[in-house]
Amino acid sequence: MKFNLKIWRQKNAQSTGKMVDYAIDNIDADMSFLEMMDILNEQLINKGDEPIAYDHDCREGICGMCSMHINGRPHGPMHGTTTCQLYMRNFTDGETIYIEPFRANAFPVIRDLVVDRGAFDRIIQAGGFVSVNTGQVQDANNIPVNKADADLAMDAAACIGCGACVAACKNSSASLFVSAKVSQLALLPQGQIEAKERVLAMVNQMDEEGFGSCTNTGACEAECPKEISISNIARMNREYYKATLL
Amino acid sequence: MNNKFKKQGLLGALIGKKMLMGITGLFLIMFLVVHCAVNALIFANDGGELFNKGAEFMGTNILIRTMEVVLFIGLLAHAFDGIYLERKNRQARSVKYVSHNPKANSTWYSRSMAILGILILMFLIVHLKHFWWLSRFTDHIAHSEATKLSGQETLFEEMKEVFQNPMVVVLYVAAMFSLAYHLMHGFQSAFQTMGWNHPKYTPCVKQAGFWFSIIIPLVFALMPIALYTGIIK
Repeated sequence: MKFNLKIWRQKNAQSTGKMVDYAIDNIDADMSFLEMMDILNEQLINKGDEPIAYDHDCREGICGMCSMHINGRPHGPMHGTTTCQLYMRNFTDGETIYIEPFRANAFPVIRDLVVDRGAFDRIIQAGGFVSVNTGQVQDANNIPVNKADADLAMDAAACIGCGACVAACKNSSASLFVSAKVSQLALLPQGQIEAKERVLAMVNQMDEEGFGSCTNTGACEAECPKEISISNIARMNREYYKATLL
Repeated sequence: MNNKFKKQGLLGALIGKKMLMGITGLFLIMFLVVHCAVNALIFANDGGELFNKGAEFMGTNILIRTMEVVLFIGLLAHAFDGIYLERKNRQARSVKYVSHNPKANSTWYSRSMAILGILILMFLIVHLKHFWWLSRFTDHIAHSEATKLSGQETLFEEMKEVFQNPMVVVLYVAAMFSLAYHLMHGFQSAFQTMGWNHPKYTPCVKQAGFWFSIIIPLVFALMPIALYTGIIK
């Protein structure tokens, strides 16, 4: 397959970037999007050009490292997939593909397609944990948990922190990420003790980082590779009201 | 972790400011029901008798007059808080995407709440000048047909007169489209912001919001049309 690529190139955080055109040919339909990027980079290196910097790690959709805004959508056109799970057969031969970094002031571009998602780390550091020693592995059902709650907590915990929610949101809101991280603990008995302090600290950090507010457009849920539900955002809001009002 | 963030209070955080949008939004929705119900009395088509009685009650009842003040505060809070949040949200992304496909993940009206809200606010200024200003701050409007002095008009007569201008009718109907789309997102969005999301009830809220957003603006829009075309005399 043949593609016209328009890719954001930016030397470093200080410089202003621009879109640069690349043509690529002989791409196998069953190649992943990142493999296509690798081939392009090899060609660039062979020509003596700078390869395109982009984030990637596990390449099986579980680490949250790959980002990229492809043809106007985070992680590209497929539903519930990360960029590494995107295949070239999902595009048409000869298509023009726009590749940009995730855009949000809280996610500054470091180089080309790489953004600094440290803001998410700082939100987790603010309170996204249980600060007691968990000790040895417990016997099963030592702490009874309702099956429905366990499932919801597990669904929230599926968040890989990739930042697609922020990239898709017109307000660059991190509400889906933060709410998933609040919910995974708020739903379980182990998370109850620090529930109030946790939601206050994490929401405060979210505002500090310069993310926008949630206007419930649902764009985050639609673009989330792990299909995290916006019902988590309602839960985060409830937890926040409880912590401030009660 | 400690309690240091409790001091900033609910409204200090963006979530708190969103809660204010939700509460005031739901309050304004309740106002729309009352306003629409009273105005719909013109459809009795009795020369405005029933409507004028309703208008007199709304204009003289002490509880309603008090709520009028609360309504203004609610409206201004909704508008100013909304503009503040929209500005803040726009500031969160200074470099825009070159290629952007938002319609793949959200509806246009959910992304256009601020502009729809501003259109409604602009309409409200004209609308308040048409009726509210006249009946509160001038002696042009008589409370009822019986107490009418010479040169005065009842609110129903004023309504008929205002809606003889086709441009005014077009403006009112257009404003109801803005209102319909604002509500189409706002109704269910308010519930979500308030944290009222439930697997059993959220689908009902969404359904109710959909029909509310169509029925209320439609009934409102039919009023100037009916008066202009003379269906209501």
